[in-house]
Amino acid sequence: MKRHILALLPLLFFIVLVALFTAPLLRGTDPSRIESAMIGKPAPDFVLPGVLEHERPFERADLLRQDFALVNFFASWCVPCQAEQPVLTRISDEEGIVIYGVNYKDNRDDAVKWLKQHGNPFTATGYDNAGRVSIDWGVYGVPETYVVNRGGMILYRHVGPLTWQDYNAVIKPLLRKG
Amino acid sequence: MKYVLPFLLLLFISIANPAAAVLPDEIMSDPALEQRARAISRQLRCLVCQGEDIDESAAGLARDLRLLVRERLRAGDGDAEVLAFIQARYGDYVLMKPPVKPATYLLWSTPALVLLGGLLILFRRLRFKPAEGG
Amino acid sequence: MIAELGHFALTLALVLALVQSVVPLVGAQRGRGAWMQLGRQAAWSLMGLCTIALISLIHAYALSDFSVRNVAENSHTMKPLLYKITGTWGNHEGSMLLWVWMLALWGVLVAQAAKSLPAAFQSRVIAVQGMIAAGFLMFLLFTSNPFLRLDPAPAEGLGLNPVLQDLALAVHPPLLYMGYVGFSVAFCFAIAALLDKKIDRHWATVLRPWVLAAWAFLTGGIALGSVWAYYELGWGGFWFWDPVENAALMPWLAGTALLHSVAVLEKRDTLKNWTIFLAILTFSLSLLGTFLVRSGVLTSVHAFAVDPARGVFILVLLALATGGALFLYALRAPYIRGVKQFTPFSRETVLLLNNVFLFAAAATVFMGTLYPLFMSALQLGAVSVGTPYYMATLAPMLAPFALLMGAAPAVVWRAGNPRVTMRRLLLPALATLALCLFLILFAVPQKPFLWLSIFAGVWILTALLQDMARKTGGFKSFRYLPLSYYGMLVAHAGFALVIIGAAAATQMTTEKILVMQTDDRISVAGYDIRLDSQHTGTGWNYNVDRITFEVVPQDGARAFRMVPEKRWYPVASRMTSEAALHLAGMDILYIVLGDNEENNRSRWVVRIYHHPLIGLLFLGAGMIAFGGLLSLGTRRARKPAEGVV
Repeated sequence: MKRHILALLPLLFFIVLVALFTAPLLRGTDPSRIESAMIGKPAPDFVLPGVLEHERPFERADLLRQDFALVNFFASWCVPCQAEQPVLTRISDEEGIVIYGVNYKDNRDDAVKWLKQHGNPFTATGYDNAGRVSIDWGVYGVPETYVVNRGGMILYRHVGPLTWQDYNAVIKPLLRKG
Repeated sequence: MKYVLPFLLLLFISIANPAAAVLPDEIMSDPALEQRARAISRQLRCLVCQGEDIDESAAGLARDLRLLVRERLRAGDGDAEVLAFIQARYGDYVLMKPPVKPATYLLWSTPALVLLGGLLILFRRLRFKPAEGG
Repeated sequence: MIAELGHFALTLALVLALVQSVVPLVGAQRGRGAWMQLGRQAAWSLMGLCTIALISLIHAYALSDFSVRNVAENSHTMKPLLYKITGTWGNHEGSMLLWVWMLALWGVLVAQAAKSLPAAFQSRVIAVQGMIAAGFLMFLLFTSNPFLRLDPAPAEGLGLNPVLQDLALAVHPPLLYMGYVGFSVAFCFAIAALLDKKIDRHWATVLRPWVLAAWAFLTGGIALGSVWAYYELGWGGFWFWDPVENAALMPWLAGTALLHSVAVLEKRDTLKNWTIFLAILTFSLSLLGTFLVRSGVLTSVHAFAVDPARGVFILVLLALATGGALFLYALRAPYIRGVKQFTPFSRETVLLLNNVFLFAAAATVFMGTLYPLFMSALQLGAVSVGTPYYMATLAPMLAPFALLMGAAPAVVWRAGNPRVTMRRLLLPALATLALCLFLILFAVPQKPFLWLSIFAGVWILTALLQDMARKTGGFKSFRYLPLSYYGMLVAHAGFALVIIGAAAATQMTTEKILVMQTDDRISVAGYDIRLDSQHTGTGWNYNVDRITFEVVPQDGARAFRMVPEKRWYPVASRMTSEAALHLAGMDILYIVLGDNEENNRSRWVVRIYHHPLIGLLFLGAGMIAFGGLLSLGTRRARKPAEGVV
């Protein structure tokens, strides 16, 4: 009897293995996308000079001024960020959501030009030349967009350019939940 | 030290190589600190080139993290603290050595389980069943 | 036209493979000789058709026929002809075609070689081979067709990745695939044995060379990949525990266990179930590797262009092949019994222990590679598993494993005598201790792990020497020992060298990173290095900066030059850094260029490494493969002699 059980074990193990493979395959998720470690944690403390000349510094306290805010990390050298700007502009105009922008490891002049060219939906911007503040947020590439609530807690992070579908499917429900 | 087994039983071959995308301007003047920085860097995964550690990766983020590690070491952090600092921001994924927690118990115990299990089965068969086949 | 020919050949091949899967099997079941014969003919025809298909694709690449989509995506007119041809298998579709061609090749070889086995058994082997071929042909035709056309045909191709234009890298996949696919033979033998419900020593005698050949190829493929990584990737790394590397390592570990198990089965008619299981396991790990690399479920620098649809198809293939085999195993294995005729202290036991360690190592690599996937499937968060995990888990296994490897030849079959074994191993043990003591005191830095690696390697070598001395009557007569014995010696010695080389190269490496310009000097590891001159020039399809270093060894040996390069491939918009290597004994001096400064282009970041004894690592790896090939040459009985059990 024992021989039979022993001989059956490899098959059972294999069945479990195949089952475990099917889930990620069918979901089609990109394994190189990483979940943010900051979700559920308070946004880090920071102060950044504004990108545009007339702006005052962008700091953590700004995030607490409204029910929800999006924090978008972008750069003028980032090609997918261009596709995202119209979507962010739409979110800001139509939905009235406050969006802050953090300029990641960029040249200030290039960033100013880029904002002029592609639109500026940001209530305020921060110039993170060294990228250190971005590291505190756990940013590993651009573009990334974070959702922060009035308590300063990070609710969600979107990696890659934000599409209108992404916004409707994931972020909007989050904001509605309050 | 953090070696789990007495070293007499250990045969340790480091197949992790002293790699480098480290640039000369990153190297610290204190060789002991620099040594620690290199060792810590080899424990951190580059999130841009995900197959490499930040010591080997030429990506911009890797360089930023290398500088950050050195900064923390200069500030007096211990090795574990530096790793924890980065882990707090990037999650468990950034650690090359998966943390030991309930979700990874199976991962860490597999080698010992399989080895001991195999040895157990082997010795029982050898001792108690002389007339049966292998 | 030729592409259509290739496409047609593949379609016909699929039909033939289906015939090959069914007819001989039914023939074996019903005892129909003609049907069983058909199997062999089908195998030959399959081989012919696959050859036509492969040649068609190579032809398209050689002529840069960009109307074939696969060629347009992966080739370029400015590639040297050699790399155009080898580029045929440098992409997903082409490499799968190569895979299928090799399946057909091994199928034909096996059809020839299995002649000494009963016809029914042969037919079953050929049938299973046919099933696997059919599965992969379907995969090719339905999801990965290399012969699709592009209309209109582009004027130029997209594939000019300079990194792929390298000889070692071009040869590495074919070697690997010969290994992966070669283990299908063992798989088919195992299934046929399960269907027969019996297995004997002759089965093992016939199978053994096939396992050896596949294993030797796989070893060569892995070694070549490691060599390539070492000189190309620019910092002297040679193993990264990347999922794709692990995908080759797992079948290698299982294949090594299989090799030893088959040897025991052949000699002593025992370990039947375990051998069958290993045969199934090894090829299944090959299939798993194919799945991991091409499905996109794991992140890897190596992975081919990813497509979940393909992933699903391969998973189905894997599920059918392995699942089917394991199901059959669960049903039939309990009825296959060998006769255990050995005592606890015997060569059989030692080899079984070897198998336990190899299996545990394979299980560890398996867990490490797949755990991130499991965790994400179960939504338990995300971890990544890197080198530190494998070091912490595998390193402790290496010491007892090495101990066993050295001791094994000193333990006889069936019933060993511990006293005799101890006596035989006394001299090697003393020699090892003495040599290591010497090294620790005088030659080698204070690193306990390095000592232990050297200890293990030297132990294996001295024990092997002792055994060879004993068996050749004090190194007098070499003629009467079978080639397989020398094969074992060479392979085991190779392994010892790998351990020593890897440990020395990583633990005793010297590294210097600095900025240099012409006439700057630096001393590294006993060499005085001066940046002599800088030149700009052009190569076949690239622009190059060549920096010449004048190197003077401090021990008075002759000075030499080393010329690392920085290349810019304008069409591909890629920059590569080609390291300069100098071999001195078994050490390698390694110079690689970083970037030059923006405001002063003649100031370069230079990285200089000295890797002591790393030559041993690559030599050892080559010896392991060579040992396998040596053993193939052993003269062996084709049929069991009359009256011999």
